[in-house]
Amino acid sequence: MTEDIAPVRNGWDLGIRDILGMAWRNLVHIVRTPQLLVFSSIQPIMFVLLFRYVFGGAIKTPGGDYVDYLLPGIFVQTALFGGASTAVGLSEDLKQGIVDRFRALPMARSAVLAGRTIADLCRNVIVVLLMVAVGLLVGFRFHGSFVADIGAMGLVLLFGYTFSWVFAAVALAVRDPETAQLAGFLPIFPLVFASSAFVPVQTMPTWLRDFANVQPVSVTIDAVRALVTGAPVGHWLWQSFVWIAAILVVFVSIAISRYRTV
Amino acid sequence: MYAKDAIGERCAIGTTDEITVEGIGKRFGSTIALDDVHLTVPRGTVFGLLGPNGAGKTTLVRILTTLLRPDHGRAVVAGYDVVHDAAQLRSVIGLAGQYAAVDETLTGRENLKLVARLYHLPRREWGPRAEAVLERFSLTDAADRPVRTYSGGMRRRLDLGASLVGRPRVLILDEPTTGLDPRTRMELWVYVEDLVRDGVTVLLTTQYLEEAERLAARMAVLDQGKVIAEGTANELKDRLGGAVLEVAVADPKDLERARELLVGVGSGAPSIDPARNTVSVAAHQDAQVVLDAAARLLQGEVPLQDIALRRPSLDDVFLALTGNRTAVEPAAAQGPKRWGRRSS
Repeated sequence: MTEDIAPVRNGWDLGIRDILGMAWRNLVHIVRTPQLLVFSSIQPIMFVLLFRYVFGGAIKTPGGDYVDYLLPGIFVQTALFGGASTAVGLSEDLKQGIVDRFRALPMARSAVLAGRTIADLCRNVIVVLLMVAVGLLVGFRFHGSFVADIGAMGLVLLFGYTFSWVFAAVALAVRDPETAQLAGFLPIFPLVFASSAFVPVQTMPTWLRDFANVQPVSVTIDAVRALVTGAPVGHWLWQSFVWIAAILVVFVSIAISRYRTV
Repeated sequence: MYAKDAIGERCAIGTTDEITVEGIGKRFGSTIALDDVHLTVPRGTVFGLLGPNGAGKTTLVRILTTLLRPDHGRAVVAGYDVVHDAAQLRSVIGLAGQYAAVDETLTGRENLKLVARLYHLPRREWGPRAEAVLERFSLTDAADRPVRTYSGGMRRRLDLGASLVGRPRVLILDEPTTGLDPRTRMELWVYVEDLVRDGVTVLLTTQYLEEAERLAARMAVLDQGKVIAEGTANELKDRLGGAVLEVAVADPKDLERARELLVGVGSGAPSIDPARNTVSVAAHQDAQVVLDAAARLLQGEVPLQDIALRRPSLDDVFLALTGNRTAVEPAAAQGPKRWGRRSS
């Protein structure tokens, strides 16, 4: 048994292969537990129906239909909430001790986290596509150019991916699946509801409006909304990218440094 | 570093140390988990690391498998320093533990192939390696079922198998049979014995003295982060003076009184086993001890059921070494021959 010593190599190609290996493992989980995907899609669908048919009539939006205002908010919210699966999956791995096995293997140290977030990104692609379909069913239409519409969806997914790292950092800090999910939603909730996701910010009190105008969820939704309605993206797009870059830098480093010491 | 010319070194099996631990210390806050630990494990042997919960066994395992950095000291495993050569070390060690760290959703075969992949083996090797492990651990029939359908024993076998996919030179088993039923435990022992015949060096932590005695050529006792004894099972037993005086009292109420009366008899502190109604104390193989003890108990008016000198068990050794503290947490008190089965 001691004859072969596994070759010791290092480098980017191996790191990427480790990430793909871990992503494959997590994707298998998603495919084999379709019920999770189904139930996690029900909540955003309820939000669409609730706001489209219950609250929507009472909400006045400047120019255009409310359904075209609403869906970009729903897309971003769905992608954001999808990040919670990163927290749950990661803390379950920690709890079951399988992370110890991975850390004792000669694989890239970043692969557990990167593989997890990439699998969750793939999961988000499915969920967001489903929401697009639901949106089209309730009357939402893309009005931007083809490139702008695809770009908008790309921005939604990138934003969701960014928050996967926030959830990963939270999971590594609290170490328990249920707590991780609850703790992860703490910052997400005010960001989603004190934003331009469902209602125009003009009716909010000044202090709240000032917050809502600059926070990452609002600027990203505004950018996505501008792209899919064919309006000029103004300052929203670059502000969204600045937020994404800042959040990634901060939370990727927190998550990786915490991962090294778990 | 001998890992680089392993062929030449292999002739010297049994004469070279595969694991060397020199003055390792680790603290968590104000708790000292390991305090100046020294150990050596010769290549191709099984070394048992014994100790109550919280003794520092798992901390040492985590340091030797690069999961944790020591605060000071040095440890070399298979020729690699656990801190400076951690990346290389990971490709020559295998770790299996009490958690059965396998993926529940994947099948047994997929788990093994994933591990082969993460060991950076060429793709064409994944299948054959997985197949070989499945066969060795009698999991071929269950290979394509998700692990969540496996029994506890099958999971442990898969976990042990996963640690062998990379064909490690050193295998570290952290309480590999904790929580298993006695039959499954014995099955697993047979697999471990089989591995040792292949020349793998094994470091095993356990709370089961029976397990250490059966599998490990040498063992060390860890208590509160310190190695308090090291040697073969027989050497450890000899430290007790070669024999144990055991007194069975007629009435359990007399146990404490009997213990007090026996202080000073033999060569250690007497201890009580409430389950068996006995007080035992380390002694020399000398009938005089029996007479002394009998005289004291007679004078103290403690009625006896039995009094005898016997060869010490490892149980006696640990009791004598770790003193009178109740070592085991109640929640963990399951299975035979565990720590702190006796208290005093």
